[in-house]
Amino acid sequence: MTIVDPVGEKIVVDPNVVNITINDKPVLARKGEFIIAAADRTDDFIPRFCYHPRMSSVGMCRQCLVEVETPRGPMMVVSCMTPVAEGQIVRTATDTVKKAQEGVLELLLANHPLDCPVCDKGGECPLQDQAFSHGPGESRFIEEKRHYEKPIAISEIVYLDRERCILCDRCTRFADEVAGDPLISFTSRGNDTQVLTFPDEPFSSYFSGNTVQICPVGALTAKPYRFKARPWDLDQTESTCTSCSVGCRIVVQSSRDELVRYQGVDIDPVNWGWLCDRGRYNFESVNSTERLTTPLIKDGSELATTSWSVALESAARLIRLALVNGSDSVAILGGARGTNEDAFAWALLADQLGISQRDAQLGDGLTPEIFNLPQATIDETCAASTIILLSPDLKEELPVLYLRIRDAAQKRKSRIVEFSSRDSGLTPYAWRSIGFEPGQQAQVVRQTLDTPEMSEQLRRGDVVVVVGRANLAENESLTLHALAELLHTVPNAKILPVLRRGNVRGAVAAGLTPQKNSGDAIDILTKAATGKVECLILLGADPFSDVADSTLVERAFAQIKNVISIDTFVNRSNRNADVVLPAAAFGEKNGTTTNLEGRVSNVTQQITPRGTSRPDWIIATELGLSLGADIGVSSLDELHQKMISCVAEFSSCADVSAIQSDGVLMVHETPVTISRSPIVSIDRNSYNYRLVVSRTMYDKAQSTVASQSLSGIITEAAIYVHPLDLARIGVVEGTSVRVGIDGTNIVIPVNANNGVHRGTAWLPYNHTGVDIRPLLNIASDIVDVRIEVIK
Amino acid sequence: MSRLSDSNVAVAKEIIARYPRQKSALIPLLHLAQEQTGYISREAMVHLGELVGVTSAEVYGTATFYEMFRFEPIGKYLVNICGTMSCALMGSEKLMHHAEKRLGVKAGGTTADGMFTLAHAECQAACTEAPCLQVNYRFRLRVTTADLDNLIDDLKTGKLSDEIPVHGVLSKVRQHIAPDREVGAVAPELVNESPVWLNGKAAL
Ligand code: SF4
Ligand code: SF4
Ligand code: FES
Repeated sequence: MTIVDPVGEKIVVDPNVVNITINDKPVLARKGEFIIAAADRTDDFIPRFCYHPRMSSVGMCRQCLVEVETPRGPMMVVSCMTPVAEGQIVRTATDTVKKAQEGVLELLLANHPLDCPVCDKGGECPLQDQAFSHGPGESRFIEEKRHYEKPIAISEIVYLDRERCILCDRCTRFADEVAGDPLISFTSRGNDTQVLTFPDEPFSSYFSGNTVQICPVGALTAKPYRFKARPWDLDQTESTCTSCSVGCRIVVQSSRDELVRYQGVDIDPVNWGWLCDRGRYNFESVNSTERLTTPLIKDGSELATTSWSVALESAARLIRLALVNGSDSVAILGGARGTNEDAFAWALLADQLGISQRDAQLGDGLTPEIFNLPQATIDETCAASTIILLSPDLKEELPVLYLRIRDAAQKRKSRIVEFSSRDSGLTPYAWRSIGFEPGQQAQVVRQTLDTPEMSEQLRRGDVVVVVGRANLAENESLTLHALAELLHTVPNAKILPVLRRGNVRGAVAAGLTPQKNSGDAIDILTKAATGKVECLILLGADPFSDVADSTLVERAFAQIKNVISIDTFVNRSNRNADVVLPAAAFGEKNGTTTNLEGRVSNVTQQITPRGTSRPDWIIATELGLSLGADIGVSSLDELHQKMISCVAEFSSCADVSAIQSDGVLMVHETPVTISRSPIVSIDRNSYNYRLVVSRTMYDKAQSTVASQSLSGIITEAAIYVHPLDLARIGVVEGTSVRVGIDGTNIVIPVNANNGVHRGTAWLPYNHTGVDIRPLLNIASDIVDVRIEVIK
Repeated sequence: MSRLSDSNVAVAKEIIARYPRQKSALIPLLHLAQEQTGYISREAMVHLGELVGVTSAEVYGTATFYEMFRFEPIGKYLVNICGTMSCALMGSEKLMHHAEKRLGVKAGGTTADGMFTLAHAECQAACTEAPCLQVNYRFRLRVTTADLDNLIDDLKTGKLSDEIPVHGVLSKVRQHIAPDREVGAVAPELVNESPVWLNGKAAL
């Protein structure tokens, strides 16, 4: 619509704009928006408890009452449920409104214990704050208040104090609407209404920490932060979570130089304020007393503490020694857990030394070529008409991406087409979930996309393929073949690569990826197993835990002469290293990180590195000096500048303020195509079970094990089969069975699981108890095992 | 344990089929579970959750909202004596005391043999016939203490077992909806035609 104003200028009127006034000031609102959301863009604050901009409005608390002009005079409405309308006149602070708001607060406080001095929320509590700003000041309630048992644990992590609850429905709404885990609910009625779980069933949601963050009172608190600090003692800085590659925006809070809490920050392109519990609570591992605090050096069969100068000299000597036999006798593994600058510094050093064998992916990733296919952002993925999943279980591995895609399928117009060998967290929301036996994906993809129904769906609009490694018992090439099939049928599809390690994309772009046709991590280890790698440098990598094929790792480590490890903890891979250099952890260093969609944003230092640990980039620089290979930088800033001028992908990263908020997308190289290959089907002997090995949220990752609130949640290793297959095996759940292939056997409990397809068996990766890795063999395409009853 | 019995699962499925969304069947199913054991057990709630595709917590939340659902085992006969105005004026308090003495339990209690649970009830909508009581939701009107004694004797000897079902059965006849009277299992948002009786005017 176009109108001409008196001055004669043409004004284009957006049909979605609604003009209203709030307290006599004109405000532009969006059609369909609620008054409270429009008011949030002005200086007039409307008090509220239940309204949350990322969830549906429910009008539970009635705190947001305002007056709206009607033909019959001013009328009181809840601003969180009343949509704006053209010409609407809203008043938020009339005497009537104030009286109403005071009345509501008085009622909310009637049963509230007011135990602010011992409440963790005190000091940052919306109830406390709004009682001051919009409350009556005095209560007329002299009766006995309602009493409940003081906090009850509703999960391993979350405590609920029902006396403090104001029944705003935020936690229950979040659990249902956002997380899809409605494990808490309002129970009983009237004065007895309370939030509860089903009796004796914990609120075991991967996203439970969000309810603690959004609870407007101190009713929900989380174990890691309880009684640790008061809000006015906290120091904080905005940063990016690097526990997985979603890259959620967070604030890192500390007290007395210890990390005490992360809170989600709402940025539109990524996490909308939400975090997963692993990302939120594994800061405990940074504070762990097990952390490496000084350099260690091999002394006989033990590791002994030493000084940085001695350690660096020894490391330099070992590298120099190995380099005598050619640059291929040194290899670098890891680097995906550090910053872009850390990775770049190491890449510079490797360049100087001529080391081309480097890989930040540890055999569980995809070829870096994938980053040169047309890329989709998370937003583009969630706006696509069709989201094709050829990916691991996002709920387990990239949790907040799961929330975004679930939202796209539930509330927007996206349809999920899932290809998987096991039901995933997104299966219930998929428009079509197509199962395949590991090894058959290319064929299944080809057949499925051929159907008229699917072709029609794919024509409806944008298509994004979410691609990653769903099964660690499967060769990478199988995923790539299936992807090639998809892209053949849908050539315009964009790709969202989902490689889970925090900064894998940044590390690869920065140069920690095989150079000059040298092989990837698996090739490096295979070569090492034949004695051709003398010195292995581990950048926060623990091949014994990270690489699926444990036999290969064992064979390689038996042959490698010297191991230099840069890490935050002692682990199986560096326990016998020659030199271990303590690295600064997340929260202890500045830099930038790159998420799975190629978004670069900053990570910030909030506390002093433990002991004498240093950021990886400083270690690279110092080691370079000891080796006479100066990488030519003396500050992080210089390093960052050098990175954005040398690495084309990072050339977009000059905008400092964007890097400090929503992040900046990397630049992509010229697109490549991946070619199809002939489809071969891999037949399975019907007595065998084909393995699906995948990660779950809580496994023996160092950062989980070293976080005391999370370590108890890691479950024991077990093998899972379809209930009918369990019947076929003929044992009851929990029985130990022998699982074997070619003479390698493990003994492990078996359980039934409806999400496991018939003829396959699911093994969660890296759990406590039995090590399942001996069964895995990176060289074969798939793994078929026998499951036998132990007589 | 007290999951729904096979025959009740069949009934449950029939009930579920009446609704456009499975979970809408939850309340009739809770009654069905209560009919089976007199109260709603943990296992029953888990089972109902499985049947209609919601979490146990959601079943629990719904069930605890309603006063007539019970979560503890009760006697074979639930005797609800009304204590609201009309009945109170007509001597229901005396009736309650008498019942307490006769059964040897206080209001709210269950007799040791598991035969009777005595309960105080709010208005049961029979004020004209005060004082009234219900045994397993079957009315007894203008009840005197002698009537009460006879009632208890009859229940004990099983004389009334035809007339009064065991605990929790609300309706006398199980409802069967003829196909032509079914609302139809179509979710409201999928209905894009107005019902005929609205003469084609947009009603949604
Ligand atoms: S526990 Fe907190 S978030 Fe949940 S309903 Fe109560 S006040 Fe709201
Ligand atoms: S989803 Fe990933 S980035 Fe986000 S909070 Fe969890 S671990 Fe951190
Ligand atoms: S914020 Fe509007 S009713 Fe709670």
